[in-house]
Amino acid sequence: MTKKISTDDILHLADLAKLRLTPSEAAAFAPQLTGILKFVGELQKVKTKKVEETSQVTGLQNVSRRDEIFPFDAEIELLECSPHPTKQKSIRIPRIL
Amino acid sequence: MDNLHRKPLAQLAHLFRAGEVSSREITDAFIAQIELQDKKINAFVTTTFDEAREMADAADARRKNDTLASSIDGMPIALKDVICTRECKTTASSNMLKHFQSPYDATVWSKLKKAGAVLLGKTNTDEFTMGSSTQTSAFGTTKNPHDLKRVAGGSSGGSAAAVAAGMCAGALGTDTNGSIRHPAHFCGVTGLKVSYGRVSRWGVMPMASSLDTIGPLAQTAEDCALLLEQMAGADPKDSTTPPENVPTYSEKLEQSLGNLKVGVPRKFLDTFAEKIDPEVSRILESAEAQLRSLGAKIVDIDLPHAQYAVPAYYIIAPGEISANMARYDGLRFGEGKKGKDLQDMYHKTRHDGFGDEVKRRILIGTYVLSAGYSDQFYRQAQKVRTLIRQDFDSAWEDVDAILSPVSPTPAFKIGENLEDPVKMYLEDFFLSPSSLAGICGISVPSGKSKTGLPIGMQIVGPAFEEARILRIAHQMQQQSSS
Repeated sequence: MTKKISTDDILHLADLAKLRLTPSEAAAFAPQLTGILKFVGELQKVKTKKVEETSQVTGLQNVSRRDEIFPFDAEIELLECSPHPTKQKSIRIPRIL
Repeated sequence: MDNLHRKPLAQLAHLFRAGEVSSREITDAFIAQIELQDKKINAFVTTTFDEAREMADAADARRKNDTLASSIDGMPIALKDVICTRECKTTASSNMLKHFQSPYDATVWSKLKKAGAVLLGKTNTDEFTMGSSTQTSAFGTTKNPHDLKRVAGGSSGGSAAAVAAGMCAGALGTDTNGSIRHPAHFCGVTGLKVSYGRVSRWGVMPMASSLDTIGPLAQTAEDCALLLEQMAGADPKDSTTPPENVPTYSEKLEQSLGNLKVGVPRKFLDTFAEKIDPEVSRILESAEAQLRSLGAKIVDIDLPHAQYAVPAYYIIAPGEISANMARYDGLRFGEGKKGKDLQDMYHKTRHDGFGDEVKRRILIGTYVLSAGYSDQFYRQAQKVRTLIRQDFDSAWEDVDAILSPVSPTPAFKIGENLEDPVKMYLEDFFLSPSSLAGICGISVPSGKSKTGLPIGMQIVGPAFEEARILRIAHQMQQQSSS
């Protein structure tokens, strides 16, 4: 059985996901997530003890290519994608330490 | 030439090559339709008419010089707005990226551009492709051209509606869990979900990376074949594209269906019987009859774990979504918000940038991947995914293709299913199994409800057997139109 998700649970999950939610937004999500987790909880019925997991379907492994440098001609445009000021091909953001 | 916008891409390409009509005339015909209709349909997020006319003129010059680039040279198309283009912004129909201008082209657009395709614009989608109705777009719902009070389906609703309304000759969508096939069914067009890895995803905004695919929507299977043969193939920039040969799909359409065996997963359909609209059941029966008349043998098959595909999907996909959406931090691109420190910036940026469905999926994904729950949810879902793949592997020992409805009903009304996410997720009931298995499927317009709404049927084939399902769909369409 899956448990009931509380507003506090939602606020904790949102914090882990670096997502601000107002208390009223979190309160609206709580019953929805409870419902969704109950729905996906159906899977507990399936017997899977001896089943391998599937994480990809192509079967490709260790795909590599030659270590060659390809020129990229839009460095300035790439930096311009940032909403923050740039200096010497770097983006200025608030200090983290 | 009249009614150019009503003609299938293959026919337009033929007329263009024969010199009976120019790419500029075709392009202008579609632009006129967009100007006439799109205020009410809302299929396009951005239009690129100036660029389109330039591309059309270049195609006309190539035709005069006898240097046409491909069989789709000069054909005007639209791209779902998660496919990066240098010509205009790419928004994912999200406030997070409402001004985002990509500095590069997605591989799939580079290939089509090289083949001479003309870009008319970018089409609306559920935000970051998360939805089944194009109602979660930050830029308004796309209306169904057959009934403006109804949704176009989703998430590639803009692409499907644009094709259905004669606003482009073809369009690209993405299909993670039915997002091409579903709107194609709602809008009465043909939509192809390719096998996982068939088309490069480099430069296309990801949702669930182990499932995302890119494919064409157009009036006919022949149109889809012409587009796919230009789009498909291995790409060194996308390490999930196997080095599988790319057939000339359009040349294989007329091959005999021979002793084709088509399976119908009767027990699986029965588990959902009370939710299937009787009109959808009626059209399934007529599609079976049509396939029989084309020489195919219809047999019942069992997909014992298919009923668990939707719950498995709504664990695996949100898990991958919560990881993929982490890149939208408001620093390198997107709408960054100011804050008292870096953490505060992240939180505000993501609160203001994402809509409710994206937030919901990030929260579910964070939950199912968290320590203590990942075994119960995520790993169990991955094991169920294995069982679903094995079901299909067994089915292919007996049949060549599988027939089913695309979704349980024709297009629903705008506003329906929005309050109850689980109800919306059940739209994917017939779409999730093949998505989780990474195989190919096509939505074929197969009839109409008594009220005139289109109903499509789905034909699913093994991985990298797009030629087979395109051929079946084509011969059904040829028979229906004759």
